Amino acid sequence: MSAVIDSHHDDHHHGPAKGFSRWLYTTNHKDIGSMYLWFSLVMLFIGGAMAMVIRAELFEPGSQIVSPEFYNQMVTNHGLIMVFGVIMPAFVGFANWMIPMQIGAPDMALPRLNNLSFWILPVAFGILLSTFFMEGGAPNFGWTFYAPLSTEYAPPTVTFFIFSVHIMGASSIMGSINIITTILNMRAPGMTLMKMPLFVWSWFITAYLLIAVMPVLAGAVTMMLMDIHAGTSFFKAGGGGDPVLFQHIFWFFGHPEVYIMILPAFGIVSHIIETFSRKPIFGYSSMVYAIASIALLSFVVWAHHMFTVGMPIAGELFFMYSTMLIAIPTGVKVFNWLSTMFKGSLTFETPMLFAIAFVALFTIGGLSGIMLAIAPADFQYHDTYFVVAHFHYVLVPGALFSLLAAAYYWIPKWTGKMYDETLGKVHFWMSFISVNLTFFPMHFVGLAGMPRRIPDYAMQFADWNMMVSVGAFLFGISQLLFLFIVLKCIYNGKAATTEVWEGAKDRGFEWTVDSPAPYHTFSSPPSMESLKSSS
Amino acid sequence: MSSDSSYYVPASSRMPIFMAFGLLLFVLGASFTMNNWGEEDSNAHWLLITSFAVIWGTMFFWFGSVIKENDSGMYSGQLNQSFVWGMAWFIFSEVMFFFAFFLALGYVRLFAVPWLGGEGEKAISNILWPGFEAAWPLLVTPDNEQFPGAHHSMSIPAVSKLHTWLPFWNTLCLITSSGTIALAEAGLRKGNRTAFKLWMVATLTLGYVFVFLQGLEYYEAYTHMGLTLGAGIYGTTFFLLTGFHGFHVCLGAIILTIMTIRGFGGAFSDHDHFGLAAGSWYWHFVDVVWILLVLVVYIF
Repeated sequence: MSAVIDSHHDDHHHGPAKGFSRWLYTTNHKDIGSMYLWFSLVMLFIGGAMAMVIRAELFEPGSQIVSPEFYNQMVTNHGLIMVFGVIMPAFVGFANWMIPMQIGAPDMALPRLNNLSFWILPVAFGILLSTFFMEGGAPNFGWTFYAPLSTEYAPPTVTFFIFSVHIMGASSIMGSINIITTILNMRAPGMTLMKMPLFVWSWFITAYLLIAVMPVLAGAVTMMLMDIHAGTSFFKAGGGGDPVLFQHIFWFFGHPEVYIMILPAFGIVSHIIETFSRKPIFGYSSMVYAIASIALLSFVVWAHHMFTVGMPIAGELFFMYSTMLIAIPTGVKVFNWLSTMFKGSLTFETPMLFAIAFVALFTIGGLSGIMLAIAPADFQYHDTYFVVAHFHYVLVPGALFSLLAAAYYWIPKWTGKMYDETLGKVHFWMSFISVNLTFFPMHFVGLAGMPRRIPDYAMQFADWNMMVSVGAFLFGISQLLFLFIVLKCIYNGKAATTEVWEGAKDRGFEWTVDSPAPYHTFSSPPSMESLKSSS
Repeated sequence: MSSDSSYYVPASSRMPIFMAFGLLLFVLGASFTMNNWGEEDSNAHWLLITSFAVIWGTMFFWFGSVIKENDSGMYSGQLNQSFVWGMAWFIFSEVMFFFAFFLALGYVRLFAVPWLGGEGEKAISNILWPGFEAAWPLLVTPDNEQFPGAHHSMSIPAVSKLHTWLPFWNTLCLITSSGTIALAEAGLRKGNRTAFKLWMVATLTLGYVFVFLQGLEYYEAYTHMGLTLGAGIYGTTFFLLTGFHGFHVCLGAIILTIMTIRGFGGAFSDHDHFGLAAGSWYWHFVDVVWILLVLVVYIF
């Protein structure tokens, strides 16, 4: 009886269980994917509200609405929530929904573990957010929680922070083990590694990175915990330790983490660009090798975050050159996307608009990254708004735009209904204009020397900052429009076809099943014959 | 890669949400216990104890249902392969957890302590702590009042005194136990259940002796050597590395104890014994970590 979709439970043949317990007990990759996506959307609005507080405070110079202490809590939790609560879970949500469908699997390899990976996330973030109401306030030491700010000088709530990071890490590790096992073990017969859709490839490598570095983060916070509560001296020079050790361990996790937040975006954008260019992706295998090279290089570049910490010159040089090497595989990807569009029959539906904006604006973030990689120049840029501009260009019009693109691209397959194309385009243009209004001027104030993480600034930065704040408010409002579009699509959308997009034909198993996709997509492995022209 | 004609998907399950609830209790319990440490009226530890009960109870029923499903023949070869991959990647994540602590030890020994001792052009610590001398094991710390150092280190003694050195016996125990568990598995595969049970008991005995000796070593460290968690970076790295290793040995010993009990109860067949195999891989993993640890913590 190597068979069956568990025959004891008829609901598995007919669809999901009824009531709220469906969501608590589910082992279905689509249910869990949806929960991940809704969770990250909720967290996007919470983290976004914190960004609004930050920009309101910085609207004009001088102390405006919040205390510096509360401002620090806003900056810290905005970062933590956006990284661990929005970008990462959203990509895991897409992985849950799409990977089994793209490789012809019935579900994830370890469905119960999958449920656990999701449900401990609300636990972790519930605890993190509850620290706002505890004595001493929420964590206030920045999302990078450098020692000794996060150890000797931290509020008592740091203990809750440490354990919630442990839980987030456990969630990511379990999720990644599941994804990697699914990809290795559940592919349809005939789908060799080099025939896998690029989104699957990007997640395969991302999952590997996550399993490699989340435990290192767990180690870092454990050392903090011991320094705080057990009298150890990892990060205390008086005992022979070193606060800089914290930065090394943190960024050994942190730099691969940066690529964890962008590699799945590469996969998504590749699919969207080939679909709306009506051409197969240019240079499939070089795309795969580029992702793999970026992932491997990410392990040997971490100290470019620490050029000003007082490293030996050999270290500065090594990390400078190794960082610049990353521009090569990244350049391969950008040129492959451009080559895919070259002489294609392009149409500009909302997902494509977001994907093209991704290519252009992510490249801007990449170029400012090369500027930051130059160690001597970094002494000027370090800890200024130039850095803030750089990583927001990579993460907002980069990672977040790819998530929005993916949502528009695949939502017809999930719901069986089309979103409102006009509203989608309005959402895109509002987001595109406001994101640049928000983050581009940060380059200027940063180069002029405005430091990050400070609730006040010198008078000469006032005009640009007001512009940035206006852009930020507009960007915030634009995302409320996104919520409206999603709800409208679910409740009031026009029916979508199986193929959904004209150019999507034969680009993956997901376009061969009904829209909406059945609760259990495949009960037996599909044949590669049903995909003629892919790869 | 799939070769079966159709797939197995488990039904919905209450276990994960119970586990998530247990973890919620654990985080709250652990955090409140630590933050209120030493306060008379704190009852946070009851939350912590409850969380252990929930977590262990959930694991019992979760694994129980997996065993039942397997025994009733619901699992395909593909699903068993998923378990194999899952365990392998889990062990890889554990390796990376230890990597963080080995990284810390390496950084401290190669850079932080020598720099504190004045090595390198930018070292300023001799102004902060005049007269501090870099050494490893670091028995005298820069700030010897806050971090009082230790009288002795745990490092390897002269060869003639090797038999009085606990890590020597610990190493012997653990390496031997990796061999005995391999013999147990081999016995099971050949269908020789007596050999299987015998070697499992031998493995467990060696594992428990290791845990006992490790405890003895810590007792010695605290009572006779002045080596404590607060003794500075040598004590810090010593206790955290050996401590997390010891914790993993305990976990491995618990896993193998359960496997042995199940084995005595007639579980496992010569071709279907993934629980035991996974436990055995885990045991080999703690053995390898120990060998690395002996090299960089005790010997070099």
